[in-house]
Amino acid sequence: MTAQKQKLVIVGNGMAPSRMLEHLFEVGDQYEVTIFNAEPRVNYDRIMLSPVLSGEKTYADIIIHGEGWYAEHGITLHQGDKITEIRRHERKVISEKGVVADYDKLVIATGSNPFIIPVPGSDLPGVLAYRDLDDTDGMIKAAEKGGRAVVIGGGLLGLEAAAGLKLRGMEVTVIHLMPTLMERQLDTAAGYLLQKELESRGIDVLCEANTKQILGEGKVEGVELADGRVIDASLVVMAVGIRPNVALAQEAGLEVNRGIVTDATMKTSDPNIYSVGECVEVGGMVYGLVAPLYRMAKVAAEHLAGPSEAAFAHAETPTKLKVTGCDLYSVGDFAEGEGREDIVLRDAQRGTYKRVILKDNKLIGAVLYGDVADGAWYNQMLISGEDISEMRDTLIFGQAYQGGGTVDPLAAVAALPDDAEICGCNGITKGMIVKAITDKGLTSLADVRAHSKASASCGTCTNLVEGIMGITLGDDFVLPAAQGMCGCTTHSHGFVRRMIKAKGLKSIPAVMQELEWSTAEGCAKCRPALNYYLVADWPGEYKDDQQSRFINERVHANIQKDGTYSVVPRMFGGITTPDELRAIADVADKYDIPTVKVTGGQRIDLLGVKKEDLIPVWADLNAAGMISGAAYSKGLRTVKTCVGTDWCRFGTQDSTGLGIKLEKALWGSWSPAKLKLAVTGCPRNCAEATCKDIGIICVDSGYEIVYGGAAGLHIQGTTVLGKVATEEEVMEVVCALTQYYRETGFYLERIYKWADRLGYDHIKEVIYDNLEERKAFAERFRYSQEFAQVDPWAERVAGAEAHEFKPMATLNLEAAE
Amino acid sequence: MNMQSKTWIEVGTLTDIPRQGARCVKTGEMTIAIFRTTDDRLFALEDKCPHKNGPLSDGIVHDGCVTCPLHNWVISLETGAAQGADEGMSLTFPVKLDGETVLLGL
Repeated sequence: MTAQKQKLVIVGNGMAPSRMLEHLFEVGDQYEVTIFNAEPRVNYDRIMLSPVLSGEKTYADIIIHGEGWYAEHGITLHQGDKITEIRRHERKVISEKGVVADYDKLVIATGSNPFIIPVPGSDLPGVLAYRDLDDTDGMIKAAEKGGRAVVIGGGLLGLEAAAGLKLRGMEVTVIHLMPTLMERQLDTAAGYLLQKELESRGIDVLCEANTKQILGEGKVEGVELADGRVIDASLVVMAVGIRPNVALAQEAGLEVNRGIVTDATMKTSDPNIYSVGECVEVGGMVYGLVAPLYRMAKVAAEHLAGPSEAAFAHAETPTKLKVTGCDLYSVGDFAEGEGREDIVLRDAQRGTYKRVILKDNKLIGAVLYGDVADGAWYNQMLISGEDISEMRDTLIFGQAYQGGGTVDPLAAVAALPDDAEICGCNGITKGMIVKAITDKGLTSLADVRAHSKASASCGTCTNLVEGIMGITLGDDFVLPAAQGMCGCTTHSHGFVRRMIKAKGLKSIPAVMQELEWSTAEGCAKCRPALNYYLVADWPGEYKDDQQSRFINERVHANIQKDGTYSVVPRMFGGITTPDELRAIADVADKYDIPTVKVTGGQRIDLLGVKKEDLIPVWADLNAAGMISGAAYSKGLRTVKTCVGTDWCRFGTQDSTGLGIKLEKALWGSWSPAKLKLAVTGCPRNCAEATCKDIGIICVDSGYEIVYGGAAGLHIQGTTVLGKVATEEEVMEVVCALTQYYRETGFYLERIYKWADRLGYDHIKEVIYDNLEERKAFAERFRYSQEFAQVDPWAERVAGAEAHEFKPMATLNLEAAE
Repeated sequence: MNMQSKTWIEVGTLTDIPRQGARCVKTGEMTIAIFRTTDDRLFALEDKCPHKNGPLSDGIVHDGCVTCPLHNWVISLETGAAQGADEGMSLTFPVKLDGETVLLGL
């Protein structure tokens, strides 16, 4: 058991080697792993950089493995340190910072470098490639200054960059050398439709345009084309292609051609060195899309694990463009040629185009634009090579029209064979997804992603995966298909939240205008949601719209069935004093308040207060030093505590004191739904922390932080986020967690539902494992609290919103007669 | 209201009422809510939802309707009728502006 482990060293920390390690850890742990990463960060999903650029996702959303994952597998990760030399005869690698590592097996995964066209001016500041997070950050920063961006290259990456920069508010021109866009993936008709779509979004497209030089003194000022045209620009993005990064392998004397040459087992010319990823040339081909790279990863893992038959084989990879609202799909070979036949369907009105290419009654390629629902079905026929002559007449209409079937999207998924590939990125078939669902009893999309990897990369197959969950689970699965927020819009909460950030929308009318609301003023469902999103996303900038809040949040009390209100003063940590209790008793007497009740969250509730009495009641409670308990808010409600080390003979920490500190830090904050906390002084759990939104369980050695509990209609125990040693860390983690929930939760979505949706592992990686992210989230929370911690009672006692509380007029009907 | 002769009674000024909001006028037994829309039109309803008497003046105002704060019934400001699948009526009253002055017809 304790035999010396072999040493595996990996150069590069991109998506291919990390996937390789996942496979390797599944079959065993015979290796001690060391990774050298030139980028100073953990690995992330590079194909999701475009949604980061467009503002639809953040860096935190695209992390694949947080620091916790490396620790869990005992991986030594050298971040920001590059290998400069391989000594093959000594089986050593040497890094830029002088680290020397021995290996038994070495994997080179140096990826690729963006190709920069060597025209004059290409080294000016303001000329960027589009390759990693630093480039993306550079573009986001440049976009903040506005102006025009010129994107050189009208391929997949270039167009995603152009769309993202446009969404960020820049003027954008795309320069493309060829006559139509994306000519390697699209035919001319689909390329034309794509160009029209981009132009309708205000992106200028210049095809057959050759860049002569980049102009500027000290920074980019423009681009000159070969025909003499000059386009002003403050940013130039080169997205004209990539070159395998072979320098290290070449210097080490490995066989190198266009890429690092490997056999079908991913072994290089040195039997102890493997290579995976974009740096590889296998079977005479180099690859840039993620699906074949993941297949390489699997093959390499199997050979590293032991003798294996696994071999890499070329397969057609479907292409999809990740630009929201531009649906296109292409696969296979669509060049015209001898013996090839086309079937084409165009609908100019809807702007759709479908073309399938046949040879010998078999499908060899497909190009879809506008309506891509049948992409997976055509791809399946391409892979299986089945004879399509029987359905030739209806083939182009898609799967729903075969055999007179219904146009039920679930029926289309149900009809797919088990070996149909659903997730192209990860090579996951329908059968594998069904097996994962049934074997492991999975019921949520997040779980299916975590266990099967289906739709876990680019996410474009999410609908298909949900469809498979639907047919496998039957009634147990409620399709969470992106439903509109309400009857006023078809956009989902998630989309609206992303667009508010991406387009910098800062008022409710701006959201409704830009996102094409179908009603003039929204409704009682969407207005409070939008108001919350704007409050949470633009602290200090957005002016809270009182008329879009529910009455409880407008008058800072809970409306009761008879139109009276209940008033709850805040008692930090559930601690009160004789003076406070006397003041509460006096108020109850003075205003004839019929019911005084102790709540489940350790507060005192005064029920049956008339609306006109609210302000005097608050004035009296304020005078006794109490503020609003916010028992009415979608925001922080209460922090429940036990007496901890102050009194309890079992207490391990000062749970009461910590509860008070937490409540003092969190009060006043708005969140997607109500937020209730508890701090309990020992695992006996008298404060019931394990069914709260966030709970702290004190133990001798520190504090366990748990979250995602529910004890309402739905009952659910909490999940552990992590353990920390000090109160300061508790405060930071809880603030960071709250902020992440505030930034990404959907309105009225309790924290447990949010966590079920995002995945507990993912949240732990962002908030607990990644110290940098944790700090950033906590800091954003602190900033937002600067504007939120104002006692609404005191404001209203001082005269704010006075119209809410008294009648406009009281008429004496006798006199009116 | 089916009173033979209507009396216009001054109850306040336009700016007393927030846009997309309401204010109440108390008339002995009854409370009447006066609503102001985004485009400064005024409507008056008895401040009672036909469902369970919820105070409509505390609801959210949108597109010529108010949503009751108790159980989300949507009531037309103009006709007082419950919208959608719900059935019921709130009493309506005439209301008009004279310059900035709000006049309620009783």
